[in-house]
Amino acid sequence: MDIFGIPIQALLGQLMLGIVNGSFYAVLSLGLAIIFGVLKIVNFAHGAFFMLGAFTAFLLAQYMGANYWVTLAVAPLAVALFGMAFEFLFLRRLYGLDPIYGLLLTFSLVLVLEGGFRIAFGSSGQPFATPDLLRGTLNLGFMVLPLYRGFVIVSALLLCLATWFIIERTSLGASLRAATERAELTQAFGINVPRLITLTYGVGVGLAAFAGVLAAPIFHVNPSMGSSLVIIIFAVVVIGGLGSIMGAIVTGLGLGVVEGFTRVFYSEFSSTIVFLVMVLVLLLRPAGLFGREEG
Amino acid sequence: MPATTSLKTLVVSSAVLSMGGLSSAMASEGHTDDIVRIGVLTDMSGIYTDLSGEAAVTAVQMAVEDFGGEVNGVPIEVIHGDHRNRADTGASRAREWYDSEGVDMINDLSNSGVALAVAAVADEQQRHAIVNSSSNIGLTNDYCSPYVTHYTYDAHSLAHGTGKSIVEDGGDTWFFLTVDFAFGIGLEEQVSEVVREAGGQVVGAARHPLNTTDFSSYALQAQASGAEIIGIASTGADAINAINALAEFGVTPNQRPAALLLWYDDIVSLGLETAQGLMLTNAFYWDANDETREFSQRFYERTGRMPNMAQAGNYSSTMHYLNAIEAAGTDDAAAVSEKMRELEINDFFASGGYIRPNGRMVHDQYLWEVKSPDESQYDYDFLRLVNTIPGEEAFQPLEESTCHLLDND
Amino acid sequence: MRPLPSTLIALGLLALLAVPFFPQLIYSVFVMETLCFVLFACAFNLLLGHTGTLSFGHAAFFGTGAYATGLLVKTYGVPTELGILIGGLGAAVLGAIVGALAIRRSGIYLAMITLALSQLVYFFFLQAPFTGAEDGLQRIPRGTFLGIVDLRSNTALYYVVLGIVGAGLWLVWRTVNSPFGHVLRAIREHEPRAISLGYPVARYKILVFALSAGLSGIAGSLKAIVFQLAALNDVHWHTSGDVILMTLLGGMGTVFGPAVGAALVSTLNHYLDPFGAWVTVITGLIFMACVLTFRQGVVGQLSQALRTRRSSTHAARSSHVTTSINKD
Repeated sequence: MDIFGIPIQALLGQLMLGIVNGSFYAVLSLGLAIIFGVLKIVNFAHGAFFMLGAFTAFLLAQYMGANYWVTLAVAPLAVALFGMAFEFLFLRRLYGLDPIYGLLLTFSLVLVLEGGFRIAFGSSGQPFATPDLLRGTLNLGFMVLPLYRGFVIVSALLLCLATWFIIERTSLGASLRAATERAELTQAFGINVPRLITLTYGVGVGLAAFAGVLAAPIFHVNPSMGSSLVIIIFAVVVIGGLGSIMGAIVTGLGLGVVEGFTRVFYSEFSSTIVFLVMVLVLLLRPAGLFGREEG
Repeated sequence: MPATTSLKTLVVSSAVLSMGGLSSAMASEGHTDDIVRIGVLTDMSGIYTDLSGEAAVTAVQMAVEDFGGEVNGVPIEVIHGDHRNRADTGASRAREWYDSEGVDMINDLSNSGVALAVAAVADEQQRHAIVNSSSNIGLTNDYCSPYVTHYTYDAHSLAHGTGKSIVEDGGDTWFFLTVDFAFGIGLEEQVSEVVREAGGQVVGAARHPLNTTDFSSYALQAQASGAEIIGIASTGADAINAINALAEFGVTPNQRPAALLLWYDDIVSLGLETAQGLMLTNAFYWDANDETREFSQRFYERTGRMPNMAQAGNYSSTMHYLNAIEAAGTDDAAAVSEKMRELEINDFFASGGYIRPNGRMVHDQYLWEVKSPDESQYDYDFLRLVNTIPGEEAFQPLEESTCHLLDND
Repeated sequence: MRPLPSTLIALGLLALLAVPFFPQLIYSVFVMETLCFVLFACAFNLLLGHTGTLSFGHAAFFGTGAYATGLLVKTYGVPTELGILIGGLGAAVLGAIVGALAIRRSGIYLAMITLALSQLVYFFFLQAPFTGAEDGLQRIPRGTFLGIVDLRSNTALYYVVLGIVGAGLWLVWRTVNSPFGHVLRAIREHEPRAISLGYPVARYKILVFALSAGLSGIAGSLKAIVFQLAALNDVHWHTSGDVILMTLLGGMGTVFGPAVGAALVSTLNHYLDPFGAWVTVITGLIFMACVLTFRQGVVGQLSQALRTRRSSTHAARSSHVTTSINKD
């Protein structure tokens, strides 16, 4: 059976690959959405933190002989700490100003990080091996999926659900949500709001770095690997609805699939399709697919 | 009395001033000014820094040092600039260099948009530009100039190197993974033509946007095409990601990838494990013979990396330019241009190389195969020579060129 | 918004007029490039600073101007001045369309709609056969101005560019200080009130979008003529980001702050070359320092400092008067 001249088996394969890509988008846009929700800034350095995650993993493996699983745990933590230091030292000074200044500061950070890594490691990138355990393939009947890609889907989705659970179902998440809506009142209840904000930035950035480590074995580890990612990720967050955690996750997956099919039917347009979707969504549903309409 | 003295001084000094240009020209015997200045316009901070960048500047400096630091008694100076991969930035820097900093020749010119823009300025200003690290064939066709030399390689040599050799080797059904840029599409068209001429067949193509990270979808499309050869018409990170995805999805052992513009640096970056068996056309490889090894060793000591073909081309073309100045006895651009086209190029980079009237430097190209990790004996031992493509076959026949300097019609 | 001291403006103008006479000191083509970005940033600030609307897609207008002018002048032999004019008009029409769609939302959503539409414009120019994709639309002839002045001379072109940019800046200044500008400010401060006062707010916004886009387009057209090329990076979202950066660095609360910001960014790009690969890092650090220290932009911060000093000297003088009265 064919659809538009393409066998349905092949389409199922493309659907699967779309979900793999969507998993990256989901983790990345989740982090960006959390940061935007609490700090009210567009973290323009999100792609750079993604790159930083991949590079940290590479450095840990190369110079300290760390195995993949260690890097998967350590690299996001290290990057999160770096992000928290950045928030504490610099970003914090811009709260209360037009959010566009936060965008500018994080954009400057991108220049410093990407430029610095290019000086240190060159522009053409580094090889990163797939962990031995995840080499090989999985026969799904309609396609042969590399085992590692399957692992990406599973781990990304688990992480997304865990994050969602913490924010929506635990007391830590409750105070976070409270701080988002009424910072002063939350402070009055004895909750240390600035520390909560720092922590949030760390979590958001850590998620980006986690996606970076996940990407390292399949995408090429190089200083500009995250540079065009941030506007796509932000589009995903906006389509999902600003402030909606679940919206970011679901939209991430969905757009991965949409982009995947575009690669089959009109490949040239595949990096632009997300923007077409965004215009349509914003004009038809102003608050995004999952966002609450505000008065 | 004081008044007359000052008047006299004034007259004398203005005479000196007006003679200034002339007298210095006489001092340096036919040189337009007292210095030969070479500008290296390259990508110092972007995605091509490994392909050209600071190492390209070093290559040019080495040529100047090896030449002796001066020509016809006039010192040679090397300056460098960053075009940021923006054609306008490149054009503006070139214009400023030619206009007000007395630059006589601009070298390297990675990024074909920049190269075309600078070639236009060079033509207008009647100064030299030598393109080493970009492939646009327009430089020796519609946009040719007596002052522009396209030195190391071009899209035609890539297509007729890798493409032709593989078809002749029996790979006659092709599927292309092409970057949706003028460069990629042009390369795909050239190779397709070669394939069809040799009786092969192009079964399809997927055109992906620049900087695509995930090639899995394209890997499946390539697999489904059933083509024997997967032509990769992109370069840098795109090509690397494509090659990785083909390997990951098990496309590679059954269908062979042919990377149409792969740099030595890309192989370092891919690692031999993934890159083994790839075929690539490069005009230069550091380990080809004693001469290339000698140069490369010196280059390595200066830069910490082995030279790629563009960097070797930067050295060789600078040397050729200086030789032409020496032979012409002047740095006058027209005279030097004539000498450059007259003198043969014989060094570690090219033997019997010559520059055609349209600016194309014709020299042999080489098809290489990437060694497997087991075959690789020592550091940077990456490539094995498959065959040599004579310059006359590799480059566009002169009668096909649309260059206005030729009488082709 | 205090006007700059007139002596300062006169000095600046004199310096600009003198540029072509000091080629050893400063290169006129570099100043022309900077002037194009000055116009671009000031036009952009009509929206950001004066209407409170962030557009993240202004490269679409800049690039449309550049490509339209390039195509007209190169392929159809249209006179240069007409090409520039049509480039600006084309960008203004595009601006009206983008504006009409974007103003249906506000804040970050509006910014994202402009970004998305500009990405579609980018895609169009990438695919359109006449643009030459990444090679760019090359060798656009400079032509003559009004059929008299040969623009191949840098000096002649310089004065033409200076004149057009000056006229553009004057238009921006007039707009901001006109009744129209006051309504824009009212919209920025409190949109519902402006609506309730009976202003056709939507029409005003579309109009200012078109004006801002048109002037941005002229900036792009001029750049295409100066460099004789139009390239993809003119429509790339990086350029949209650059103009935001210039405006913020200079100060979005001022009329000519963005001009200073544009000059600052161009200068950094131009004179940091000797630092080689470090240029990106250094630029990033300078931007960081600027954001953290000059939060209202360079001009905004300076004029505030001036104001504070003026009011404190004023206070000192009046206290002096009081004491002298007491003495009597």
